[in-house]
Amino acid sequence: MQSGTFHTTYAADMALRPYWPQRLRIALVLVAVLVFPWFADRYWLSLANTIAIAAIGAIGLNILVGYTGQISIGQGGFLAVGAFSAGLMAARLDMPMWITVPIASLFTAVVGAFFGLPSLRLKGLYLAIATLAAQEIITWVLTHGKLLGIGESLSIPRETSNIFGISMTAIGNPDFAFYWVTVGSLILTVLFVSNLFRSRVGRAFVAIRDQDIAAQVIGVDLFRYKLLAFATSSFFAGLAGALTAHYRGIISWERFTIDTSILYLAMIIIGGLGSVSGSIYGAAFITLLPALLSNLARLLSGAVPQINSYLPYMQQGAFGLAIILFLIFEPEGIVKMWRNVKDYFRLWPFSY
Amino acid sequence: MAGSNGATLPDPQMEIDGVSLSFGGVRALTNVRFNIYPGTIQAIIGPNGAGKTSLLNCISGLYKPQQGQIRFEGRNLIGLAPHQIARLGIARSFQNIELFRHMTVVDNLMLGRHVHMRGGVLSGGLYWGRAQREEIAHREAVEQVIDLLEIQAIRKKVVGALPYGLQKRVELGRALAMAPRLLLLDEPMAGMNSEEKEDMARFILDISEEQRTTIVLIEHDMGVVMDISDNVAVLEFGQLIAYGTPAEVKADPKVIDAYLGREHAA
Repeated sequence: MQSGTFHTTYAADMALRPYWPQRLRIALVLVAVLVFPWFADRYWLSLANTIAIAAIGAIGLNILVGYTGQISIGQGGFLAVGAFSAGLMAARLDMPMWITVPIASLFTAVVGAFFGLPSLRLKGLYLAIATLAAQEIITWVLTHGKLLGIGESLSIPRETSNIFGISMTAIGNPDFAFYWVTVGSLILTVLFVSNLFRSRVGRAFVAIRDQDIAAQVIGVDLFRYKLLAFATSSFFAGLAGALTAHYRGIISWERFTIDTSILYLAMIIIGGLGSVSGSIYGAAFITLLPALLSNLARLLSGAVPQINSYLPYMQQGAFGLAIILFLIFEPEGIVKMWRNVKDYFRLWPFSY
Repeated sequence: MAGSNGATLPDPQMEIDGVSLSFGGVRALTNVRFNIYPGTIQAIIGPNGAGKTSLLNCISGLYKPQQGQIRFEGRNLIGLAPHQIARLGIARSFQNIELFRHMTVVDNLMLGRHVHMRGGVLSGGLYWGRAQREEIAHREAVEQVIDLLEIQAIRKKVVGALPYGLQKRVELGRALAMAPRLLLLDEPMAGMNSEEKEDMARFILDISEEQRTTIVLIEHDMGVVMDISDNVAVLEFGQLIAYGTPAEVKADPKVIDAYLGREHAA
């Protein structure tokens, strides 16, 4: 029975993971992440890449919705801004990925801050509708984007997907090579955002969510910090979008509709609002659920031949069911379930 | 500016100068005028709806009075945003606790340090070198407030789960962490039992004596007000009906009529 861990310096007390079991778990996860791609086939690698990219986008959305309390259903639009700005730079200007991705992310941050302007006046559902407008405006620009030379879709030349001139295909198949890019970006994102929320600006974001009047009176400039939250959030949406563009090699606006925005909201609700790790769990859950269902359907198709025609309905049904079950039984998401498990073992054999 | 209330008084730290506030046809404050002197405990009393909280909201920039000025150390506050007023060194607590419920006590108090810190998104996200040193330096300042208010045991607790009396204390701590020159306390003892009230009164006196912070106090408990305040302003229906030391105010027939009720005078 542990009686407690006592830190003797503020630095140790304020560390991201102050306790050794947490550090051990992180180390194990990192080892698994490093070992995984050497054993996984392309199917699982592509799932891992999809999860990593979705997790970056979900963390971005969580900064805005979960941490700052500004409901947004414009995430699909911001992903699209990142994807198409990176895609256009690559396709039209032949710029390599290591340049397009950061620029696209920064550009998306600016666009996000612009569409965050209504947040000064609007709260809750009203702000949600304003972000819906952002979503629709961005989609409209893309579908009417003859100016930019976007047709039905945009192809990104394979050779632009290089890092400092080293082609992504040089170190194996693209899924394997991109694994290091997407997972590396995710790790950097996790570190950055975790640090952000243990320091001044992150605390101000959470203060705005919990009590915006008190936040003002304590010296937080609401307007500035709300825009900052939109910009920071959109930066990571842009990063996820730009990675999507280079990874897929072809993008169309249909990938970034309001359905995508809702899907990302589902990720952070199921994973856990206001939690970085929750965003990853949610992204994994939402990505793996349909994949596992189609695997299951393939297994059963011998016994029930018509099952494949029902698959799309099953996937949507399972998706809806999952959200309802989470809202009823664990509204705080997967991250809370995991915390309960940890608490159980930490306190065992006592119940509390 | 000095001398209007007598030659012995120092320059006022805050001058509330003819403030009038109305919401549509309702007049919340009418030509309220009094001074607050540095290092004193200034009580504001009055029946419910007298405009006490409205006055505090005018000072902290949440309401914009239609007329008058509120000068803090010579500078007019009217028209400044709440965060700008906070930056000038004015902190407050609220009548109904307005803490950041999902954050820990330490994080709530760290927000009190917000105006004294520099870190931005980039430095916070990297949390390296100067950014980390800044966080640690301000954590030390917060620990002093924690010691003063004797809330060491709950520093890592989430505020929303704490009992009412402790939440009130944490809210005082958050305002105190700002190291303000003027501290506005809106009913810091409301809903407390007498023991908790005594604790809170002691903290307020400690703050006043050790840090020489000017304190503006709205409170309904007459015993507390008369015991700890240096000056009392009495509001009724948005008008200042009396101002003076506790003894003067207690003897003022208008106050006895309006606030304490006629039966007390008998």
